[in-house]
Amino acid sequence: MAMTLTPEQRSILDGALGETRAKVMKTLVMYGETFGATKMVPVTGEFGHIVTSFGLSVMKPVYKLMDELIAGGALAGQKFSADPRPLDKNVPANALQNLVFKFMYGKQEDYEKQLAQLGILDEDAFTCTCYMDEVGNTPKEGDVLSWAESSAVVYANSVLGARCNRNSGIIELFGSIAGCVPYFGLLTDEGRKAAWIVDVKTAQKPEAQILGSAIGMKVMEDVPYVRGLDKFLGSELNDEAKAYLKDFGAATASNGAVGLYHIAGLTPEARAQGEALVAQNAKTYVVDDAELMRVRDSYPVVWKDPNAKPRLCFVGCPHLSIGQLRQWTHDIEAGLKQAGRAKVAVPTVFTTAPAVKKAFEKTAEGEKLASMGVAVSSICPLMYMNNPLCGKMPVITSSNKLRTYTSARYHTDAEILACVTKGVLQ
Amino acid sequence: MKQFRGRCVVPGTIRAEALVSRGGFNTLASFQKALMFKDKDAKCSDQNNPDLYGRPMHNKALCLPQTIGSTTGGMVLCTSAMLGQQPACLLFSKPIDSLAAAGAILAYVWSDSPMPTVDNLGDEFLAFVKTGMTVSVGEDGVVTVE
Repeated sequence: MAMTLTPEQRSILDGALGETRAKVMKTLVMYGETFGATKMVPVTGEFGHIVTSFGLSVMKPVYKLMDELIAGGALAGQKFSADPRPLDKNVPANALQNLVFKFMYGKQEDYEKQLAQLGILDEDAFTCTCYMDEVGNTPKEGDVLSWAESSAVVYANSVLGARCNRNSGIIELFGSIAGCVPYFGLLTDEGRKAAWIVDVKTAQKPEAQILGSAIGMKVMEDVPYVRGLDKFLGSELNDEAKAYLKDFGAATASNGAVGLYHIAGLTPEARAQGEALVAQNAKTYVVDDAELMRVRDSYPVVWKDPNAKPRLCFVGCPHLSIGQLRQWTHDIEAGLKQAGRAKVAVPTVFTTAPAVKKAFEKTAEGEKLASMGVAVSSICPLMYMNNPLCGKMPVITSSNKLRTYTSARYHTDAEILACVTKGVLQ
Repeated sequence: MKQFRGRCVVPGTIRAEALVSRGGFNTLASFQKALMFKDKDAKCSDQNNPDLYGRPMHNKALCLPQTIGSTTGGMVLCTSAMLGQQPACLLFSKPIDSLAAAGAILAYVWSDSPMPTVDNLGDEFLAFVKTGMTVSVGEDGVVTVE
């Protein structure tokens, strides 16, 4: 079905603002028509968010495309944040690894200059959790967004009640340039209906990262309506619940392709509409302790030596909230005390947004965490692990997303805590 | 030989050897190493995909249900086309997802190496086609498997 464009959109498509902007509009129109969109709708969110934040030397075609946009005057009509930077000298790396990093991300400086021309918010706007209060790119309920970054999109849709499709890198920038996005999928009421009911029947609060993984693998791109989780999370979207849902959502989006979930009694649309959100003929998936164990046992171990002693630990993919940083600090302090140690037994890096890092470092916990030997950084751990010399190291993480894309091995928060404080991997 | 009719998302005709993923195709995880190490064969680096892991994807007719994972997916697909590492075509049993569609369309509009793309070929298509079979794609969304 052909999309009906406004006269202004039509004239852009026809080249009134130049060939580059016409190609941007053509891309958005083809993209929308593929999904049956009949119109474009304005982007109403204040800021965009883009997924491509890394100056990988081999991504030359992307930088060429960015140059084409800049030369053609196709700049973003709204400021935007971007995913985390790849490098930080405070994250442990040996000389050889650093040499490879220098080569791998040799275009970082040039690419950031391009982003500045295109409309990046500021030099601290590099995080996958742009929606944190400290960062300030927090959409309002009902806002239409042109975002990418799977974990941010699923959070904005589910926890904040904004409306955004699972856009790809580049497409999301095109929406910010054009100021409009095709109306389909998760922008529509119908597209936000749940095709699955997920009944959580675990004895205790499930690990967010494993529950999200199980649901993502089961429902793939569909919308799940999750019942039984409010029993553990409560009915208020407080900081703890939001942090849990951040990690849960990232796992649904990376282990599957979930762009929106509803949590009965908790997330905005589920609270407002209840099971009216469930589509007719929805399928049911029951998650109990045995199912979570089955899912976890299915993760491949790709370490060369499965019994190797971990050489590095990453926590914070997606980036940690300030509340999570505080909680980890208290937990590590207690764990080290119990183990009779002053510093962590495994080099450990916590990742968080630059603005959250600055706020955390001003707190007593910030000083305490540093004194225990934990590095706080704002890099993307995935980009660190992409260095082949880093990828060969035995790295542990409590992030299912990091596990999915790299050789890092997944462990629960409790196992990570035991390992970094006692040096024992259970 | 069997024919399947789908919907043409990106036009083009091609004949290529099938490479079949029974589960969701994680674009970033699959192309990550190929892009980084300029592997012209584009060997699949997704350790979670037993059907494809280690197999060359370049110039293959990639047959899959849908793509999953990171929203870099479309950009990664488009970049693979711009670097000459792309699959010959993308054939989806299910309706195409937003990331794959973005990748295929970006490659069509912005590169010289479009990937003909057909979706909605049905579960029977994915049940019938096996890695190594020959697949022909017509302009009208008809896919012939032999």
